[in-house]
Amino acid sequence: MLDNIRMAFASLWAGKMRALLTMLGIIIGIGSVIAIVTVGDSLSGSLTDSLQSFGVNNITVSLQQKTESDSGGVRMFAMTQPSEEDRITDAMLEEYTDVYGDSIQSVALESSLGMGTVGSGEDTASVQVTGVNGDYADANGLELLCGRFIKDSDGERQLAVVSDLVCETLFGRADASVLGQSFQVTVGQKLLTFYVAGVYEYDDSGYFSMTGEDPVTGMYIPLAAAQKLGETGEGYQDFTVVAAAGTDTAAFLEETEAFFSSFYTRNESWTVTATSMESLIEEMTGMLDTVKLAISAIAAISLLVGGIGVMNIMLVSITERTREIGTRKALGARRSDIRLQFITEAVVICLVGGALGVALGVALGSAGASLLGYAAKPSLSAILVAVGFSMAIGVFFGYYPANKAAKLDPIDALRYE
Amino acid sequence: MQQPIIEMHGIVKRYYIGKPNELEILHGIDLTVHQGEFVAIVGESGSGKSTLMNIIGVLDKPTEGSYVLDGVDVSKAKDSALSDIRNRKIGFVFQTFNLIGRTSAQKNVELPLLYARVPARQRAKRAKELLEQVGMSERATHEPNELSGGQKQRVAIARALANEPALLLADEPTGALDSATSRTVMDIFHDLHRQGMTIVLITHSQQLAEECQRILTLQDGRIIGERKGAGRHA
Repeated sequence: MLDNIRMAFASLWAGKMRALLTMLGIIIGIGSVIAIVTVGDSLSGSLTDSLQSFGVNNITVSLQQKTESDSGGVRMFAMTQPSEEDRITDAMLEEYTDVYGDSIQSVALESSLGMGTVGSGEDTASVQVTGVNGDYADANGLELLCGRFIKDSDGERQLAVVSDLVCETLFGRADASVLGQSFQVTVGQKLLTFYVAGVYEYDDSGYFSMTGEDPVTGMYIPLAAAQKLGETGEGYQDFTVVAAAGTDTAAFLEETEAFFSSFYTRNESWTVTATSMESLIEEMTGMLDTVKLAISAIAAISLLVGGIGVMNIMLVSITERTREIGTRKALGARRSDIRLQFITEAVVICLVGGALGVALGVALGSAGASLLGYAAKPSLSAILVAVGFSMAIGVFFGYYPANKAAKLDPIDALRYE
Repeated sequence: MQQPIIEMHGIVKRYYIGKPNELEILHGIDLTVHQGEFVAIVGESGSGKSTLMNIIGVLDKPTEGSYVLDGVDVSKAKDSALSDIRNRKIGFVFQTFNLIGRTSAQKNVELPLLYARVPARQRAKRAKELLEQVGMSERATHEPNELSGGQKQRVAIARALANEPALLLADEPTGALDSATSRTVMDIFHDLHRQGMTIVLITHSQQLAEECQRILTLQDGRIIGERKGAGRHA
């Protein structure tokens, strides 16, 4: 066997240019698969990372307009905002926490007041003013630099938790000395005064930080204050539940959706859906996998063409070496010896091509991934599959020519000019 | 008398059997070659010489007749068994040398040992001995395209001897060589003969045939004459 491999390399080396051209199909095929899988894995890896920073155990429950089939086709899309009586009420939430208390770590409630501007003159910053309850920080992974977060007991007090970026804009610093300072924020037509209760660190490492503009950061005020200022009344359009550690998030998501949907069976236009980061990640990686699969299928065609190229060159090589085959047979080579020799040669061509392809693919994939700004993650399993696959191509496309060589009649072969 | 190496009775070879152009090349050859003999088979081209050689060398099977080579009936053997017989009992020397290209002289000599499943170290040792025997040890690492015709043929003879065959079968071994190198090659054959090797030489050259012990003349697929040769320095 070792001799066969050595012989295969020798004949490969003797026809370097030809072997390289033959391998090109394999190199391109394997290379593109590896490159695509590398870029795809890097992409889905960093997507997952950045989504995970939002909390995988979070379940977002939100009102959703019923579609025609749900509501019996009475009226459609006339109303885009739920009226006050359609909203999720505090009573529902209380019942929910009573029933599922063990599975719930926290329930983050919010009521948006809208976009606001802080600061004066040139030096302004945009904020998204949101009324929140005490559990909100937990669900959204906010890290406080100083001060404290909004508490449920804050009632309608004019307190605010702002990002360090906003703090810098307002006060030129973001440390404990700004706590208790007042500042003004313009929301719509209103000029409102708030006092800094806490400062959190704006996380700019996430997936959404790719745009170069100044980010809009969140400004958090007590829920009741937001409801009063916005005159929105009671109830919520959506909220976030953080499942307790050890809870099966997927199952809990179903239960939560079923629980809240039961309040809306008679509502003509609204119902409730629950989604989690996990389901979102699954959806996105699923999509990426589909894209990877599709491109890999195209690459597989290139491999097939490469394999046919190998078969072709093997047939040519066997014709050229007919006398050699005859001589070997006269010296006592069995059919199996000849067959093995040429299959080995085909496999060696494919393996060398595969190895070059892997190198090319890893290089291209890493370059592509870093171009997109992600850490490259060459997939070991893809490399192993590629190597195995190129070997299989060698055996598959090498068998026919090798068998043809093995079956040559020694007399004809020796006489061949 | 020594035991027979080749025992052929009523060998017939036909081509295109059952077709309108059916062709009989050999019409019942009886041939016995004993151990240690140096036999020449001479004939014009078209006499059936090559066909007979292919059958002696078990590259081809006779249509009719029996052939016992070194005590083994080869006329009914299967393909893989024929490979083994060629490997162990016959050493081929061809007119065109047929060394494997891009492969060193030593590796060429090792080939029959490789197919006999001899371990690598023993192969190398034996190959070196054989090259020494034909005076080619200095060229062991050379590839065929770096050797002259005579040198190639000496390597080919070393290769033919690798598995200590019962029969050395040479087909026009000097056909592609000039007279000086032909002499060297023939001298090697005579040396081997003296050491007890059975040799069948197929040639169209009467002069070469005269050097052998026994000369068989083939014509139109029949052996038409048999006489003693003059021996070494005819």
